[in-house]
Amino acid sequence: MLKDKSTQNRKALGRFERYKLQLNNRWHAYRDLHAHALFSSLGRLMRSPASLTMTLLVLSTSIALACIFYLIVQNFQQLTGGLASSHQISVFLKGELKPSVIDKLRKEITANPDVENVSLITPEQALIEFKAHSGFGAALDELQQNPLPAVLVVTPRNALSDQSISAKLVEQLQQYPEVDFAQLDMQWLHRLQAILELAERSVWLMGVLFGLEVLLIIANTIRLELQNRKDEVIIAKLVGATNAFIRRPFLYTGFWLGFLAALIAWLVVTIIMLIIQQPATQLSKLYASEFNIVFLGYADTLQLLLLGSLLGVAGAWLELTRQLQRIQPE
Amino acid sequence: MLKFEHVSKRYQDGGDALLDVNFHIRPGEIVFLTGHSGAGKSTVLKLAALMENCTHGQVLLGGQDVSQLKSSQIPYVRRKMGLIFQDYKLLQDRTVLDNIALPMVVAGYGYQDIAKRVRAALDKVGLLGKEHKYPQALSGGEQQRVGIARAVVNKPELILADEPTGNLDPQLSKEIMRLFGQFTQVGVAILIATHDFELINRMGHRVLTLDHGRLVAGQDYVKR
Repeated sequence: MLKDKSTQNRKALGRFERYKLQLNNRWHAYRDLHAHALFSSLGRLMRSPASLTMTLLVLSTSIALACIFYLIVQNFQQLTGGLASSHQISVFLKGELKPSVIDKLRKEITANPDVENVSLITPEQALIEFKAHSGFGAALDELQQNPLPAVLVVTPRNALSDQSISAKLVEQLQQYPEVDFAQLDMQWLHRLQAILELAERSVWLMGVLFGLEVLLIIANTIRLELQNRKDEVIIAKLVGATNAFIRRPFLYTGFWLGFLAALIAWLVVTIIMLIIQQPATQLSKLYASEFNIVFLGYADTLQLLLLGSLLGVAGAWLELTRQLQRIQPE
Repeated sequence: MLKFEHVSKRYQDGGDALLDVNFHIRPGEIVFLTGHSGAGKSTVLKLAALMENCTHGQVLLGGQDVSQLKSSQIPYVRRKMGLIFQDYKLLQDRTVLDNIALPMVVAGYGYQDIAKRVRAALDKVGLLGKEHKYPQALSGGEQQRVGIARAVVNKPELILADEPTGNLDPQLSKEIMRLFGQFTQVGVAILIATHDFELINRMGHRVLTLDHGRLVAGQDYVKR
């Protein structure tokens, strides 16, 4: 009885082991199928280098154009970031304030979370500057006392991304009893922001259009490939292939097209930026500004490659779902 | 194994391809299907191979009604049958080995299982040593044997053959029929559509005869 049970156990274990082995084999087979589809689809593409090159050139040109527009806006934004100093708020203080009062006010304003920094122009400094630049130097010397008020120059935080911050800040500053009036060249800021927004949105729209183009080109390439391999698809169906099995190599073809096109586009864009870099730096030196040209960063590059691959797979999928129902054995 | 119950098929242009066809092919049986051209032979094969659905009646495969199967289910049923074609339907850009392995690759078998079974199938059809050749390099008879090896590699329960000896000389036909005879010994049912009356007479198996879509002879099972 006891012996019987142990034999049974061994048998059950044997069956379990066998089952495990079988499952393992199936998993290996499945993995091999994917690996095979991955490499054989690439090999198949490589076998017709002329048409592959044409397709990739068309695809990568579209992707590169989208990237360049993106980089233009990025660089423009970086450039205007350097102009942050020219949207400062000038706070004119009332006359005859004691330096200690001014100092206290300055500290108070600096504590405001919306304020990047505050600098003080004393009446004396203002007078010297005014004398130097206005050409009224001699006339001003005749004055008994300095008519210029003290000015606090306030730089708002995040003012370029959110214009309401600057407006709010001006209002707040106006509330201080020591303040005569605060002013900001809002018109200029509004315009700049509108331009930036327009450019950003255009880049988005263009990205969508180019993405759609890539999707359709890949779908069309897959359609031709399916036509060429119609017999193969039919034979596979006749021996019991599921649609998933038939789809797999074509999806990998789409993946390779999208991925390689994105890779080439990245290369093209980087070369273009390298060519532009030198004259751009030259120009910024002439303006004595600190402008470093923006390239596609690591995150951007990763996103680009991912998006390219995804578009490739999606384009292939789109066409396959349309075509596979239609191709039936007769 | 394969059973037609009151099967009718009408095509959209209005012609009746089959009218109330009844027959049952049992495991281990070889049955010929014959009739003038246009009598409905290929329609019977298409219905059995799930390439088309019948308009009325039922097609049963191993007891399962397959006449109104969802298209996503069809591949799994097809794996239980082996199909043999007059024009072989081989992949010209794949080797003999890859062609024969296809049904097993499709069904998700592991490499070792595939290698073992493909060798066995090659051995059975007498093509060992030619596994790395391409179909173009083979004679018609050899290509047909590749097609047969592909049909049996998956150990099907039913083999459907459309004019399997159509392009072969009598000697090769005999050889292939002998092969079929071997498969029936392990319980495989075989339906062969053919015009070859000499072959039919010589073999002495049951013959289903179609005439204008009606089954006029052979519907009854004869125990030998």
